[in-house]
Amino acid sequence: MNKNKTILYALILAFSIIAPFAFPNYGTQLATLWLMIIVALTWDMTGGQMGYNSLGNIFFYGTGMYVAALITIGLSYDVGDYTSAAGGGIYEFTDLEYFGGMALGVIGAGLFCSACAIVIGFLTFGLRGPYFAIGTLGVAIAAGELVANWDWVGGGQGIALPVYPGDLDVGKTVFYFLFAGVGVATFLFCKWLYGTRFGAAINAIRDDEEKADAMGIHTLRYKLYTWAMAAFFVGMAGGISAFQLIHFEPLESAYQTINLGIFMVVCVLLGGKGTLWGPVVGAVLFHLFKEITWNYLLGWQWVALGALIVVTVVYFQDGVMGYLEHRYPEWFGIRVEKKAVSESK
Amino acid sequence: MSAIIEVSKVSKSFGGVVANKDVSLSVDTGTITGLIGPNGSGKTTLFNSIVGYHPIDSGSIKFEGEEISTFPVQKIARRGLLRTFQQTRIYGAMNGVENMLISLPHRKMSIFDALKTFTREDYERADHLLEFVGLYEKRMLKSGDLSFGQQKLLEFAMALMNEPTCLLLDEPTAGINPTLINGLIERLKRANSEFGITLFVIEHNMRVIMNMAEKIYCLAHGELLAEGTPEAIQNDQRVIDAYLGAH
Repeated sequence: MNKNKTILYALILAFSIIAPFAFPNYGTQLATLWLMIIVALTWDMTGGQMGYNSLGNIFFYGTGMYVAALITIGLSYDVGDYTSAAGGGIYEFTDLEYFGGMALGVIGAGLFCSACAIVIGFLTFGLRGPYFAIGTLGVAIAAGELVANWDWVGGGQGIALPVYPGDLDVGKTVFYFLFAGVGVATFLFCKWLYGTRFGAAINAIRDDEEKADAMGIHTLRYKLYTWAMAAFFVGMAGGISAFQLIHFEPLESAYQTINLGIFMVVCVLLGGKGTLWGPVVGAVLFHLFKEITWNYLLGWQWVALGALIVVTVVYFQDGVMGYLEHRYPEWFGIRVEKKAVSESK
Repeated sequence: MSAIIEVSKVSKSFGGVVANKDVSLSVDTGTITGLIGPNGSGKTTLFNSIVGYHPIDSGSIKFEGEEISTFPVQKIARRGLLRTFQQTRIYGAMNGVENMLISLPHRKMSIFDALKTFTREDYERADHLLEFVGLYEKRMLKSGDLSFGQQKLLEFAMALMNEPTCLLLDEPTAGINPTLINGLIERLKRANSEFGITLFVIEHNMRVIMNMAEKIYCLAHGELLAEGTPEAIQNDQRVIDAYLGAH
């Protein structure tokens, strides 16, 4: 089993590295797939593992975009002049300014989003169940509207970042590997985290928060840390998206509550909540479904998406991984165990 | 012998319902103390007040000499005062071992300790305690699929895993079949004598409580009715009247 797992991981990693070269026409699609995997994995950290279904994780994506862009611009120019609608100036970025700004911007975005998660979490973690979902959704929508009315960051027309310096096809591959790198890091981080005492504690909060309280677990503290960790990765993904998209605006691309904000939840539900692989499997299936319907059912694509959500929520709540666990419990180590002879005395 | 829990003049009412009125009692360190009383006499309310589940209206509650009546639940639990629930509460989606591992004490655990994986000793301790309550064979099953009695045993094992100094048990034998009850009494007594855990037990089963407790308090209508040794309580006319519905 262990050997098989190693081979499986190696195959997936090898495919991830080869994919952008083997399918050069799908470079951006594959990068978006990694973005889906990142947001699904991080959504599951709170939604699946901790039982707090946030509809506001998109806040970190949008905020990450803006923070990364503002850091990059701010390092070289005055942000107010750069984003001014009446400007029309031409701003050149050297390679160092572009890549240095991107590196600092993406990491800064992650850190800033973590800090935001602590503050927002402090205000919203008193809410339970659907109230938490609606409360966080409100945060994301409000943030989008606020940013859209903030002229210093470009207001409703958003920010245009410099284009990738050098060959644009190479640029696509670079963005693919940035997303893939963050995606693999997120996966490994989750895999490690869920095996620790911390992971066990957030599972306890999901299953029975009152009991977790009664057992002396620092529930609020652990909830804040978990969300801050999730926000860090989403913020970085948002930062990379900002450079990949080149131009973004607040309501449709940054704080896109009804697109990516919902997609991440559907990915997790489809793949299986509260499992390590569920979000990954779900993101792949969902992205395939989305691309196929957007291409071949154009005009009906939102109807198809809605149907998928309804069918998943009504008939397939446990997702792919949940179905497998139900069907083949022995794969997941669920068994009655007889005492080993040596242990019986 | 010093008192580990000191409750003095505690009152708690929910709207117009007075659940506890001027209740004063104390639990001595290292003993097994019983709390009995007819249904609705305020036993569970008193437990909830002690562990900080809800604020009290007046009075004082001390644990190891420290006033705890204003502390939140988690803080009291981390002091080593733990409770089990009448409506058993375990983490149903996880298996027995996971339930045990989650219950490791978070008393001195910093965030860096929390980010470590479980050690071999943790697993051994979990297995040992699961064997102690007789659930070793079923430890890999989803604990939500266990019978109610087994879930009670698991909850008891989880409480032991947390290394409390004092354990408040809310009807530990309710729903457990009579043959298992003897084994449970045995285990509760061993938890007290071997692990040195002070037990404060709510119990309806008179045979159980008379066999275990060194001292028993009886509540009726939210007020303390009687206290004393099991023999004294058994022969107390007020207690008999309360149970037979003389009021």
